Amino acid sequence: MANRDLWGLLSRYGVVLLAILILLVLPLSLGIFRLGLLAKYLSLAFCAVGIVLIWGYGGILSLGQGVFFGLGSYMMAMFLKLERAAEADSSTSALSTFFGQAGLPDFMSWNSVEALPWWWEPFHHVWFTITAILILPPLLAFILAYVNFRRRVGEVYFSIITLSLSAIMAIVIVGQQGYTGGINGITDFKTFMGIDLDQDNAKIVMYYITAGLLIACVLVGQFILRSRLGKVLVAIRDREDRVRFSGYDPALFKAFIFAVAALFSSIGGAMFTMQIGLASPSLVGIVPSIEMVIYAAVGGRLSLVGAVYGSLLVGYGKTFFSENFVQYWLYMIGALFIVIVMFLPGGLASLMEKLRPGKSAKNAQAPIANELKPETR
Amino acid sequence: MNFDMLAMQAFTGLSVFTILMLMALGLAIVFGLMGVINMAHGELMAMGAYTTYGTAVLFETYFPRFMDAYFVVGIVFAFCITFVFGFLLERGLIQFLYKRPLDTMLATWGLSLILQQIYRQFINAKEVEVPTVSWLQGTWQATETVSFPLSRIFIIGLAVVTGAAVYMLLYKTRWGLRIRAVTQNRSISGAVGINTTKVDAFTFALGCGLAGIAGSSFTMLASTGPVTGQAYIVDTFIVVVFGGVESLLGTIASAFIMGQMQSWFEYFMSGSMARASILLLVIVVLYFRPNGLFATKVRR
Repeated sequence: MANRDLWGLLSRYGVVLLAILILLVLPLSLGIFRLGLLAKYLSLAFCAVGIVLIWGYGGILSLGQGVFFGLGSYMMAMFLKLERAAEADSSTSALSTFFGQAGLPDFMSWNSVEALPWWWEPFHHVWFTITAILILPPLLAFILAYVNFRRRVGEVYFSIITLSLSAIMAIVIVGQQGYTGGINGITDFKTFMGIDLDQDNAKIVMYYITAGLLIACVLVGQFILRSRLGKVLVAIRDREDRVRFSGYDPALFKAFIFAVAALFSSIGGAMFTMQIGLASPSLVGIVPSIEMVIYAAVGGRLSLVGAVYGSLLVGYGKTFFSENFVQYWLYMIGALFIVIVMFLPGGLASLMEKLRPGKSAKNAQAPIANELKPETR
Repeated sequence: MNFDMLAMQAFTGLSVFTILMLMALGLAIVFGLMGVINMAHGELMAMGAYTTYGTAVLFETYFPRFMDAYFVVGIVFAFCITFVFGFLLERGLIQFLYKRPLDTMLATWGLSLILQQIYRQFINAKEVEVPTVSWLQGTWQATETVSFPLSRIFIIGLAVVTGAAVYMLLYKTRWGLRIRAVTQNRSISGAVGINTTKVDAFTFALGCGLAGIAGSSFTMLASTGPVTGQAYIVDTFIVVVFGGVESLLGTIASAFIMGQMQSWFEYFMSGSMARASILLLVIVVLYFRPNGLFATKVRR
């Protein structure tokens, strides 16, 4: 009986437990270096939480979350870089005047870009930057998704469209070296509004902000899913045509949830850049975008909390294996993809449900989307 | 721009087209007909390329006298090995996932990571190159100023032959009829007495075999490394989707259009920006024609 209560507690207070873990237990038990790694995984977990919303509950598999992560990351990096450039200007002006343009980020000078491009200008201001991070990616995502879903571009096609978007983004960033830092990304910045980001204190504060925001995102996700909107979403996932016949516009709902996921990713990207100190094309392309899906899949595509655990597990696994047995990491993650899909489509969260003693139909999680779907061909 | 320029540019487009078409033919069968999103398709191409490389090494060591013939043998080997691999893959993994297309995408992505690491660990972490056989070296001097490399002409020929063979197989044989029947409606085909398990495995293996031929042919143009496949996978998918997934002719036509676009765009901008613009253009076109350029009209 006590056992059963434990499982009940676990599923009911999943967010609380997660909050205790990432806000109390982990930060107090880890050194500053490990905490930095943890911050990295948590930043990526924002994307995984979004993927649970759109894939698990919306039935849309996006292979382009890296795009929104990258947008958030690069916009934040642009602000930090401009601050750095202005600062460097005032202290050692000789070098920057030697290179011609004052207040220009170093990589632009190296690539002989002479003036700051107009779309860099507004990122001098912190409030503009933050607003842009919160508004631009979701807006873009909404428009993109709405027009496509309006035309009833099917789930597989939409996946491939998002896949090519992440390819485009990576290609453009690498190709336009003068404006984006190219393959190296945007690096070497120090301060955020005068606060030294390299200091231990700042790092710890940043960590708590990240973890807090992540918990907030999980809560927002839960709120959406529990609201009537979430019910419509699940209905669309399971039988879109019936929902449409009932007078709803599925495109609007799907686009909305896609925008929410983009917002989460963008916040994650911005936090990533603040803490890790770079924005890199290696985090926006196809490979990272698909890796984000595996984070969600490992944790459980129907569990918002699970997605965070999935990100932590895969992230730590990656670090552990690449520190100890480099050549086996790809085998491991490859096998993980196959095993999860074949044997555990609901991820770790469904394993929890399976292990749960005395489970009843009422308690069972919603079944996996694709298994419910009638055969379309 | 004079006529020579024009001819060269068009020819470059033509050779990009043949590569794209060879890559996309296999995927058109696996993805277009069967609905399986095979993210490991690129790695199967790399497998074909590595097989050709292996054949070259084999001939060099044991039959140096027949070195001139190795490339043809290599293409056959590449087809056979990827065919068998595809067959095993279908039996071992894909057959369980037919109703879950998005999951095939994840599982085969995992497979592609494993294959990449196998190539890195057991073949070569660096890129390998195959020797060009003597009869494919050199160029064909069409006019005084216009010349075409023989190897590219050979690939164009290979693409034409392969395309025709696939067309004949699908539309002129009993096997083709069964394949089309099963891919249109698996359960009813089973009900009328077609062995759907066998047809599924054969069809998937055929698609993989075509990837092998594609891989084999582009050893002529570039070196092969562990991540070669990944570089091609998006383009390949885009070609198939752009053309209209269920139409073989559409795949060929879209490969042609994209090949020519690549060639002409590169004339005006850098190679990477040309690729990005083409991908973007395709997304826009997909907005107007969600089922691709040459979609067959079906009620859904």
